[in-house]
Amino acid sequence: MENLMGRYRNVSILAAAIFLQIVGLAVQVKVKRQADNESSSLIRVWAVTTVTPLEKGIVRLQAGGNRIWSNYLYLRGVRQENRALQQQIQQLQLEQVRLRQDAEQAKRLQALLGFKEQFIAKTAAAQVIGSSGSEQSRIVYLDKGTNQGIAADMAVISSDGVVGKVIRVFANTSQVLLINDQSSGVGAILEQSRLQGILKGKASGELVLDKIMSDEEVKPGEKVLTSGGDQIFPKGLPIGSVTRVSTGGQFLQVTLQPSASLNHLEEVLVITEKQDREPGTASGSTAARAADILAQRLPSVPDKPETPAASSGQSAAQGSTATQNAGPPATKTQLTGAVPAPKPPAATDQDPKTAKPLAAKPVVVPVSKPATNTVQPPAPSQAQPPSQAPGDTPQ
Amino acid sequence: MAVSYTSQREIEVYRFSLPVTVLVPLLAVFLQAFIPLRFPFFLHFDLPLLVVIFFAMARRNPTAGLLTGAAVGLLQDSLTGHPIGLYGIAKTVVGYGASSLGVKLDVENAGTRLLITVGFYIVHQVLYFTIARGLVGLDLGWSWPHELLAAVANALLGVFLFALMDKLKQRA
Repeated sequence: MENLMGRYRNVSILAAAIFLQIVGLAVQVKVKRQADNESSSLIRVWAVTTVTPLEKGIVRLQAGGNRIWSNYLYLRGVRQENRALQQQIQQLQLEQVRLRQDAEQAKRLQALLGFKEQFIAKTAAAQVIGSSGSEQSRIVYLDKGTNQGIAADMAVISSDGVVGKVIRVFANTSQVLLINDQSSGVGAILEQSRLQGILKGKASGELVLDKIMSDEEVKPGEKVLTSGGDQIFPKGLPIGSVTRVSTGGQFLQVTLQPSASLNHLEEVLVITEKQDREPGTASGSTAARAADILAQRLPSVPDKPETPAASSGQSAAQGSTATQNAGPPATKTQLTGAVPAPKPPAATDQDPKTAKPLAAKPVVVPVSKPATNTVQPPAPSQAQPPSQAPGDTPQ
Repeated sequence: MAVSYTSQREIEVYRFSLPVTVLVPLLAVFLQAFIPLRFPFFLHFDLPLLVVIFFAMARRNPTAGLLTGAAVGLLQDSLTGHPIGLYGIAKTVVGYGASSLGVKLDVENAGTRLLITVGFYIVHQVLYFTIARGLVGLDLGWSWPHELLAAVANALLGVFLFALMDKLKQRA
């Protein structure tokens, strides 16, 4: 017997080692299915704690070196670039005026229809410090964790578009599942055709939009946005654009080029807080209040309150549908010119360096503007729709 | 190709110092997690696997080989989003196989090392995908051309790395 044991000692150890790991796997899978909780988180914590400090150190050292190089040493062509950027800013400012008017109009229409949207209320900037190192698991590590307010299932975006979602959080590190992982799934919508599907990753790292019926038409180049249906990503964030459409079977195979550079991620934003609210922002509310003021000053308003003691806000509320949906009812103080401070602007603790490009692009769902305490005369574009509201008489 | 069978007496068994035993696998796992951030093509390589094969072949002790494979594999698993044990089992088998083969073959030869690494890379991938699909139910895609190319690329890198790591060996 001893000879037999000695002869098969190595094989026995191999069998024992494999058996133990299979049992370990079985336990994890069982626990994961029952409670979506990791039984073996301790070993993950150990591994992450061992590997990530070194990664953090190298990333910071590299970032410092890059900063010194690009900010102080390599300044060739900066003047020329600066001139070109100045011109670009002027052009963009002109375009911004037009877009702002369009946006205001869209918000008023949404307010009229009583739409509710998820707004990004708070974000946290984080740096990508590592990856899983495996083709089969497309995961990156961030340098922020529970101590910095990060939690599981938070959406992660970059200035270009959607990146992924947080799946595990440690004290000062978190694990993000990229949208091109095979186990990832994001609710998506095509910008032009408004067709909805599910975004998945393939083994090769390609992004594929699934569950679009094969009789639908999808054109290459069309942009794909988040649909908000997954309850993780707010609606309207850019995901990518269609590069290839192939038919076969019940559904189309729509291949996408992601907006965010998923292979070269450096800095990202974690959406730490979302808000459900109507799309009327501070400026939209101001427009509504301006409409109330106009309505009160006009003698021919049909739904005038019966008693002077009654709040003028009631009449304003009855005056137009837009007012009901877009902001709080007007009060006496509002009518005399002093307006109670509207909702404070959405707080962000993001790094200004990271926040700048994000704010410059129409990527993020709008964050409310800082409010003013006095009623400004309505801008022409803001004053027009209230005059068209039912009950208002044009001047 | 110089693949020569050797008797048990001719085989030289090597050992490694404790810092090398601990730090080299850790460095391999770290580099595997860090380099793809800057160079995404590096995802096709599997540095921890190469380290397991090297240690197993040099020590020529199946128990040591499988334990090294298990430890490195589990550490690698911890950094992925998948259940822990997928890489662990695959690398345990590779560690055992490489050390068992090391007893029978001249593993100092570059050609032998190339062939062995190609073979073990494919064994590793087949095991990983089989366990991932069969036991865990993961929906992973398999592509033979990709795996074969990756096996050759890993073997070429392996031959270079093995030559470097030979300097760390100490005669037992």
